[in-house]
This record gives sequence, structure tokens and C-alpha cells, in this order.
Amino acid sequence: MEDIATQSAGYLDMELLRFTTAGSVDDGKSTLIGRLLFDSKAIFEDQMEAIERASLSKGEENVNLALLTDGLRSEREQGITIDVAYRYFATPKRKFIIADTPGHIQYTRNMVTGASTANAAIILVDARHGVLEQTRRHAYIASLLQIPHVIVCINKMDLEDYKEEVFEKIVKDFEAISAKLSLIDVRFIPISALNGDNVVDRSVNMGWYQGPTLMYLLEHLPITTDLNFSDQRLPVQYVIRPQSDEYHDYRGYAGRIASGVFKPGDKVKVLPSGLTSTIKSIDTLGESLDKAFAPQSISLTLDDDIDISRGDMIVGEENAPKVAQEITMKICWLSENPMVLGGKYTLRHTTKEIRCIIKDVNYKMDINKLEKIHDDKQISLNEIAEVTVKTTQPVFFDDYKRNRFTGNVVLIDEGTHNTVCAGMIVAE
Amino acid sequence: MEKYAIKHLQELEAEAIYVIREVAAQFERPVLLFSGGKDSIVMFYLARKAFWPAKVPFPLMHIDTGHNFPETLEFRDNLMNETGAQLVVALVQDTIDKGKVVEEKGYSASRNMLQTVTLLDAIEENKFDAALGGGRRDEEKARAKERFFSHRDEFGQWDPKNQRPELWQIFNGKKNMGEHFRVFPLSNWTEMDVWQYIYLEKIDIPKLYFTHEREVFYRDGSWLATAPFMKLRPNEKAEVRKVRCRTIGDVTNTGVTLSEANTLEDIIQEVAATRTTERGGRADDKRSESAMEDRKREGYF
Repeated sequence: MEDIATQSAGYLDMELLRFTTAGSVDDGKSTLIGRLLFDSKAIFEDQMEAIERASLSKGEENVNLALLTDGLRSEREQGITIDVAYRYFATPKRKFIIADTPGHIQYTRNMVTGASTANAAIILVDARHGVLEQTRRHAYIASLLQIPHVIVCINKMDLEDYKEEVFEKIVKDFEAISAKLSLIDVRFIPISALNGDNVVDRSVNMGWYQGPTLMYLLEHLPITTDLNFSDQRLPVQYVIRPQSDEYHDYRGYAGRIASGVFKPGDKVKVLPSGLTSTIKSIDTLGESLDKAFAPQSISLTLDDDIDISRGDMIVGEENAPKVAQEITMKICWLSENPMVLGGKYTLRHTTKEIRCIIKDVNYKMDINKLEKIHDDKQISLNEIAEVTVKTTQPVFFDDYKRNRFTGNVVLIDEGTHNTVCAGMIVAE
Repeated sequence: MEKYAIKHLQELEAEAIYVIREVAAQFERPVLLFSGGKDSIVMFYLARKAFWPAKVPFPLMHIDTGHNFPETLEFRDNLMNETGAQLVVALVQDTIDKGKVVEEKGYSASRNMLQTVTLLDAIEENKFDAALGGGRRDEEKARAKERFFSHRDEFGQWDPKNQRPELWQIFNGKKNMGEHFRVFPLSNWTEMDVWQYIYLEKIDIPKLYFTHEREVFYRDGSWLATAPFMKLRPNEKAEVRKVRCRTIGDVTNTGVTLSEANTLEDIIQEVAATRTTERGGRADDKRSESAMEDRKREGYF
């Protein structure tokens, strides 16, 4: 057994990987998550006892690992997942956050939500059914949201006698789809979530598969290279003014770095004013840092006294984002109230809040066929389209593919205050 | 080339600080719910970090059931003195005296359900529009579906089927008059993360978390501390054992753990080896399979 010091040091030295799982109930998604939690010992005795009790009372023979992830009463009653649920587990190498989203067509919005912060996506395919319409939909969303890594798990291999041909056929079919998309990194693994083949432990039933297990991949996917460290972008979130004797003239510009690296002495430009200055210090509770980078939350001070407020952006002097009042973006509509063409919405981009009007629908996407529809401008819940909006003030942005954080937009309904639209800016 | 990478605790810290600053920017009258437990201590620490060198720009509020461990109150008052933070205390006893709720009777009587009324009243009286809480998604399965910014209607109720989607780093705190938000900056933390962070940042916590001798009794699979307002059943007997608290809540439903853990390193190792969840010792969750979901819908923390 390791000594305490080594163990503690290990805990403090882990990376964080966020991944999303897409698939329908029948694909065995909940079973797979249950398996990952169970085999990594993230399930506690009292949780195990609770699901054993629940499985028994439903008259099920085996312990139903799916019950672990189905949290709300209505879900347990109906045996479906209705919302994004978050699960946590850790191995000695990494801490994991799973955004578990249901795969039904009506829940595209939940998949988009889960995908927006994910480093990786697991797409489940049932070995018996192969690539289906919903597989296409999941792949499209992973591409739309630019999830850096996609792992296609071909599940229920046990029901197909662990045959290599079945796996190869599905890989080929999936590659035919991904040829039409802009997925960044795709990997395939044949598994049986129920029996545990290639999930945590290598399968003894599929000697023909030489690749890594799912757990090995999750522990080793490169994640730091997914962030943008080249474009300095700090959306100003809050201005810290202590108004105390000791820090009389202190102005700290606080925010979470969207991309890039900031160091004291760096020349920066403030948008929208365009004024330039030099970083004086980067501060956190009681100490100053010699550098800060995405995704840290920091506060910085500048050499010059410039009027800066929430919604402004501090950027590299020689590396500015695009500035415009008309933006083209791909959207997913999230609300039961359809989009109003020509309607006004509140637009949130980084820490900025302005108003916008939807000028035009450039095309709507049939994500099952992966085809553009040009003559239909009616956008409803769960639909995906490309639109052009006009804003009341200039927006400073990057193309979503270059920068997920300065390239995303959210629209809010001015009447209900609901979040109704997720937008990914196209600026190439 | 220089390598830029942050560890999981730094990333969780950056996320929590971002959420806390977002609350200060989007709401007029936020409040930080403070129980004296480790999660709320970490929350307050993160809030101080978020606004340093300025003071935390909102008050703290303790919903006091009156059934406290004395050590918790002492710790709370010292912390307020040291940091100069403003504290609002809302007493469940006042809610009972006003006749708004009726005290439970019997051996497992608890004020846990009653405090929801006190909390909602205090939010309304003080016109708070956002209440920051230390809730974590790993605590319980209904919490696993909660948003960072959790919208509450005029009656303080949570509607799990009608939550706003939260995308990327954008949090939508827009609301109608009379509505408010519960905000959970520690959503993505686990019990282990909280302990590691306390260890890493050397954050001071109440002595109750470390091993000490205490008079306890055994009920329904958990050890509970004796107190003047706790009645023992005829078959239960009080005995002195070496214990520590895994969570600090109301004395009537906070189970204690038999433990020799004397330092943060001991606790981290104990947590790593433990095979029951933190809330496993909490009588309030055992009342039914959906106990937490039902309380949350009504406006619980």
C-alpha cells in the first residue's frame, strides 16, 4: 500500500476530463456508465444497496446499473432519462465528469447542452442495428459543437458473437458519415457494457481487436492541446474596486481567460474603446502570478487608468478578434416557442449582453440526411440552422472552430427570460 | 515550448470563482448561504478569492435550526470577526413561534423540513434575488440534474422538467419580479475534491471534522450525537466513542463516523477508502427514495 503522502500528492496531480455520452436507452448507455462507475469503484455501498432494493422491487433478476443514473422520480417510473445528469468518478490518472444526455430526437437540445463543455463524446452504436439515423444525429452534433475527441463504442458485441466483421462494417458506415462532417478526432472500440468487454478490462472474447480499452482512452486522450493558447482573450466579467485606504486606486479587471496566455508587461488592447495599455499585475487572493492562461479565473491590473466595464474584452495588442454588428451563426433552437424571423432577442456573448434581431435564415439542416434545406425558414425546437443576426452594438468574436469561448452565443427570449438558442459563430 | 496545463482542482476553482463573480455581476442582492459546514466554508473562501483585495460584495446567511453543535457557532462567529463579513441569521425558532410551521414530534423529530420555510421567508424579507449554496451534484441523484443557476418561482419551487439549458460558460440569471435563483458554484466538485482543496489551500475548518470523544447512540444504521433536544428510544443507549463528523448539519440528523482521523491527510485517506456516500449517514435522505427531490421541489437548499 502506498503511503499517505504519495497518495495525497497523486490526488492533487490529476487532470480533469469532461465527456458526454450519447445514445438511446436501448443502446445500453446507462449500463455503460454504470459499468464505468462500478469498475472504477465510484459506486458506494449505500448506492449499490439502494439500486439492489429498487431492482428487486421491480422484479428484475440482475442489478440494474441503469438505475444509478436515472435520478428523477418520473425517470425511474418511465425508465427513461429526461435531462442532462452529471456523474463523477476518478482514477489515479484523471477525474472525470460525465454529462449523461438522452438520445431521443426530442432531446437534441440536451445533447447540445452536454456537448458544449465536453472534451470528448462517447457515441454508442448497437452492434445489432449498426449506424442508425440517431447515430448520424449524434455525430453531427459532436461536429457542430466541435467536441475535440469522439469515441464510437460499438456495444452489445456479445449479441453478435464478438465478430470482427460486424465491427468493421459499422466503422466503415460511420466513416462514410464523418467524411461529410468536421470531426476532429474519431476512434472506435468494440465493447460489451453488460459483460465489461473492453470497458475497463481488455476483452478475452475479441483477440482481433488490438486497440485500447475505453477506460485507457479516457485516461490518455490529450486534452491540454485542445485549448487555444495563442489568442489573448479576457472577457471582463467584473471590475474589482476595493475602495479601501490600502487599495485606494486599485482597479482589478476580473474574468475567466477564454484563450491565450497573459503575463505582466504584455501590451494589450481594450475593446471596444481600442485603447492600449500594459499589464501591471495578475492577482489572486494575497499573491501575484507571473503568468495566467485559459481556463483560469484571474484579475489583472493595467498601467493606465482606462474606463473598462463588464462586457469589454482585453486582447493582445497585435491579435484582435473580429468586430462586427452582423453575425452569421449555426444555431440549435432550444425552446418550445419557434424562432420568430425578424424577432428581437437578448444576445449573450462572453460577458456581454446586447439585443439582436434575426435577419435571415440562410438554410435549415436535415441532420438525419445531412442535407441543407433552403426553402424552409420556420425553426422550431431541436432544429438546426444557419442564421444571420444584426446586433445593437459591435460584438468582438472569433470563429467557433478557432475559439469555442469567444465563438459562442446564447439567445434569451425577452418575454419569458428563457434560454432559447445556442449559436456557433461562422467567421471564416 | 512552455507547457500550459492546470490540474483538476485549479480548474474547479476557476469555474467556481467564475460562477461567484457572475452572481455578483448579474444580481442586485445576492446572499451566500452559510451553515458552518466544510462546503460553505470553502464557498466563502472562494468568494474572498474572487473579489480580493475588495471585500465579498454580499452578506452571508445562516438558517439556524437551533440544533447546532456549539463548536459550529463558535467557528462561525470567529470567522466573521476575522474577515469582517456581514452575517444574517434566520432562526427556525422564530418561524415556529409565528405559527408558520409545527414542530415534529416523536423520537426522530427534526427541524430539517421546517427550515425550508425559514429560508424562503428570509429570502423574501431581505429581498435576496440569488442565494449561493454549497450543494454538489455528487451528493444525491436529484442534485445530479440541478443547474449552476437554478431558477425558483415565486413560491421558491424548483421545476426539474423545466430547467434552462446551460451552455458553455453562459449563465442566464434573468427573472421576473418575486422570483429568485439558487446558485451552486461547487456543482462539479465531489466530496474528495472539497477535502483536497481544503488540504491544498490550508483552509481552517471546525474541530468537529477531526476525531474526538463524544457521547453517541446508534439508530437506523447510523451513529448520532446526543443532545438535550434528542430523545433516546428505550432500546437505545448513549455511550462515549471516538468519532468525527463527515458533514455538519443539524444535530438531529447528522450522523457521525467512528474514526481516528486526526489530520487532513488522515481524512483524505479515510474518504478514499470509505464505501458509503457522505449523505449515507443523513436520516433526512432515508425517508424515501425521492426524499431529496421532493424537498428540493418545495424550495429546500
